[in-house]
Amino acid sequence: MLIHVENLSHTYIPGTPLARVALHGVSLKVGPSERVGVVGRTGSGKSTLVQHIAGLLMPTEGRVLIDGVPVHERTTVARAARQRVGLAFQYPEDQIFEQTVFREVAFGPRNLGLNKTEIAERVRWALGMVRLDPAMESRSPFTLSGGEMRRAALASILAMRPEALILDEPTAGLDPRGRRGLLARVRTWQVETGAILILVSHNLDELARIVERVIVLDRGLVVADGPVRQVLSNGALLSAAGLDVPQSVTLLRALHDAGWDVRTDRLLPEEAFEEIVRVDAGHATALRALQSVEAR
Amino acid sequence: MNLLLPGMYMAADSALHRLDPRVKMGTALVLMVLAFAAHSLASYVLLTTFVIVVAILSAAPPMALLRTLRTIFWLGCLMFFFHLFTTPGQPLVAVGQLTITREGLLTGAAQIYRLCLLVIISALLTFTTSPAQLAHGLEVLFKPLAQIGLPVREFAMVLTIALRFAPALLDEIDKISKAQQVRGVDLYSRNPLRQMQSWVPLFVPIFVAAFRRAEDLATAMEARGFRGTQHRTRLHQLRMTRQDLQAALIALAVSLAILGLERSI
Repeated sequence: MLIHVENLSHTYIPGTPLARVALHGVSLKVGPSERVGVVGRTGSGKSTLVQHIAGLLMPTEGRVLIDGVPVHERTTVARAARQRVGLAFQYPEDQIFEQTVFREVAFGPRNLGLNKTEIAERVRWALGMVRLDPAMESRSPFTLSGGEMRRAALASILAMRPEALILDEPTAGLDPRGRRGLLARVRTWQVETGAILILVSHNLDELARIVERVIVLDRGLVVADGPVRQVLSNGALLSAAGLDVPQSVTLLRALHDAGWDVRTDRLLPEEAFEEIVRVDAGHATALRALQSVEAR
Repeated sequence: MNLLLPGMYMAADSALHRLDPRVKMGTALVLMVLAFAAHSLASYVLLTTFVIVVAILSAAPPMALLRTLRTIFWLGCLMFFFHLFTTPGQPLVAVGQLTITREGLLTGAAQIYRLCLLVIISALLTFTTSPAQLAHGLEVLFKPLAQIGLPVREFAMVLTIALRFAPALLDEIDKISKAQQVRGVDLYSRNPLRQMQSWVPLFVPIFVAAFRRAEDLATAMEARGFRGTQHRTRLHQLRMTRQDLQAALIALAVSLAILGLERSI
């Protein structure tokens, strides 16, 4: 699948004093099997952008093409194109309505017109992806805990096996271990299927582990679009966009400023560790600093 | 907030925004009654001029003001045709059994004009008065009814909450309908059966959200010591200023002038 965003602008409530420009002539392309992170401070236009890709908004200007089909049109072709994109909103548990967890997760696949065995197979698979106990299938989703509801809702999107999966802050509020596991499994699935994965997140440390490419939005404009390592180690760029650099980069930069000959574009703690060991294996101060960062 | 309801409050600092809500509500009420009570052309010229002056003072964007008229488009059409065909008088055109009369045309047009005035006047009120001020003003205006045992303060509280949460609920509906569209619900299907099927995935989450919101709000109010409205005091007391009195006098003068014009025919 090829997503092509062409000169896209969006204004909310146009023509009134409450009008707000959310996107300003955004253009970008995302190709098959890409993993892309979209970052930016609150109100930078991230959610608006991904909703456009899913064909849920009418562009004020420009358009979004999926394999050449403009997604916002009201034609059968456009509808088919939209169905290939899966978007999990922030707090997806708000969309839950069915009587049982099974029916909730099966809702999407059923709307795709799949047969019973295929639906059941996908529900099992999706529940496994989010690590929900199959025994929960027959329970009412409203009796689940908050975290379980969130995972059931995510499973309902996964079960549609979209060719482009967009997750808008899906893991905010899940416990750290649970979300790392979930994202790792989503990543594995993405690698196997060659789907597109777009992740909207505030957590750059989390993004660094998953995506290969990062798009930085600020006030509705794309201010950076490039390889994850290059973008997330660019402190000046990130702070101008109102974001914090990943913790490993902060550490390496501090060491660099103190006269160490380390590279500052290592985003993960284990990469930072290797880098420090490479430069000075025996240096206790550095290891202590690393430990303190990890403890945080 | 990414959606707009017709007539929603627009924060600004205009002469009309600063005016005491009681004066605004009283004036709006009198003007609306006059819009329907008046008959002479002179009255309408005066009333319209006054409304235009107020609209200019309100700093409301003219287009947004005119757009609120869309809400009554179908009602207006219905009223117009009703009057067009049912008013007896000098016939103009006959369509089968139905006759269009000159009087019908005039009355129909007058009714639509009255309806438009009504909507514009109320839009001017809600554009320039925050929900909290509206509720406060209503509470004060209806205070006499508390004497005969009506729970006026409680009604005002209910109104405040309803006005406060209408846009939030609208945002919620928007979000949930998008989320279900992603899951394959066809909200815009031309097939009525399919459309009805799409209601369940919409209404269940919306009701769940509304009840959760209500529960959260109740807890938050309790936590801040809300114990019914009996002993409630207010941080901002309404105070009539010289400008408020002047505005009230001007409104009164215009109203009396219209009454005078009506009398003189």
